[in-house]
Amino acid sequence: MADHDHDHDHEHGSELSETQLRVRALETVLTEKGYIDPAALDAIIEAYETKVGPRNGAVVVARAWANPNFKKALLEDATKAVASMGHMSRVGDHLVAVENTPKRHNMIVCTLCSCYPWEVLGLPPVWYKSAPYRSRAVKDPRGVLNDFGIDLPKDTEVRVWDSTAETRFIVLPMRPAGTEGWSEDKLADLVTRDSMIGTGLPLDPREVK
Amino acid sequence: MDGVHDMGGMDGFGKVEAEQNEPPFHAPWEGRVLAMQRAMGYAGAWHIDHSRFAQEKLPPLSYLGSSYYQRWMLAMEKNVTERGYATPQELKAGHALTAGKNLPRKLTPDVVGAGLSRSSFYRPQQGPQKFKPGDKVRTKNIHPATHTRLPRYARDKVGVVEMCHGCHMYPDSVATDQGDNPQWLYTVVFESRELWGPDADPTLKISIDAFEPYLDPA
Repeated sequence: MADHDHDHDHEHGSELSETQLRVRALETVLTEKGYIDPAALDAIIEAYETKVGPRNGAVVVARAWANPNFKKALLEDATKAVASMGHMSRVGDHLVAVENTPKRHNMIVCTLCSCYPWEVLGLPPVWYKSAPYRSRAVKDPRGVLNDFGIDLPKDTEVRVWDSTAETRFIVLPMRPAGTEGWSEDKLADLVTRDSMIGTGLPLDPREVK
Repeated sequence: MDGVHDMGGMDGFGKVEAEQNEPPFHAPWEGRVLAMQRAMGYAGAWHIDHSRFAQEKLPPLSYLGSSYYQRWMLAMEKNVTERGYATPQELKAGHALTAGKNLPRKLTPDVVGAGLSRSSFYRPQQGPQKFKPGDKVRTKNIHPATHTRLPRYARDKVGVVEMCHGCHMYPDSVATDQGDNPQWLYTVVFESRELWGPDADPTLKISIDAFEPYLDPA
């Protein structure tokens, strides 16, 4: 059983150890009932720790920057365009890419739970799932951006997408100036996770040279 | 239901604090919870909207006082016991006392890729699409005591249909075990002043994804 790999928390009676005990009980019972296989759980955890991350989304963005036909296809049908790259597992049927322009900045949130485009961005960070982000993103996105150190021009339209159904959104950030002729691989190094959520911008090209 | 999970527009939660170099999981049990959720979903034990509804039904202090994966665990305990996959006594004992129920399938290491992919939410339409991009709509003023995906801040508001995403299973029905009841799904965009009043930031627009039963022509 994977149980024995778990760290022991020595603060017995603390909330954490109570949680650990309950999770263990769940896993043991569900395994003994024949519903789940702990080895499959190990494989899922490993995939999220090592394979499914924001690099998946970054290579999509980099290709859109480098290839106008791919960009057009991505904005028309992101599910199909991402699937055509063939390098990652199926992304589900409902991915939509939204484009940042000098006139418009996009931001993604899920106010009701924490829906997130896992297949292209990996596990959502704690802040994305937190009450401060979920409550403020739809009402004061500029304030949220300030928390991330970003100050958009006053006349930029801010568009917030609340993921209230099974559609998942990914932001296509603007390609930084000074990257003419860069390879897709090098461009992908500029694409941060937060820039694809809309709470960040791509890195400055001088930072990765 | 009008619960604390419906957070859009609430004040007082403070700044958004990003953690630098955040690890995938903050404790091993978080990964176990996530993976169990995926495995039970793959097995067909319950639907994602059952998980959401179970979280929404947590007492407000428990919801707000628990971390994301703690909420997942609490919701899983609820679905496991309320749907008859195990008894509270078994969870307490930490061991199965009787054999399990039959489930359609089981996630094993050789098919883990399938456990990581999202299934399709498309379903065959029950009727023609009522709205098209550009149409003005008013969201309904509804307050169901059960699961809904129409957030409070966007009820009884006028917006414009921007996209149609096809016909999807309807969470409001799925969560209460009334079947897929497929409905057309639209992105509806609102001006900030429609949602937040005359003092709202005029450069802001907010959209939700709204199922057709949430919408009236405007």
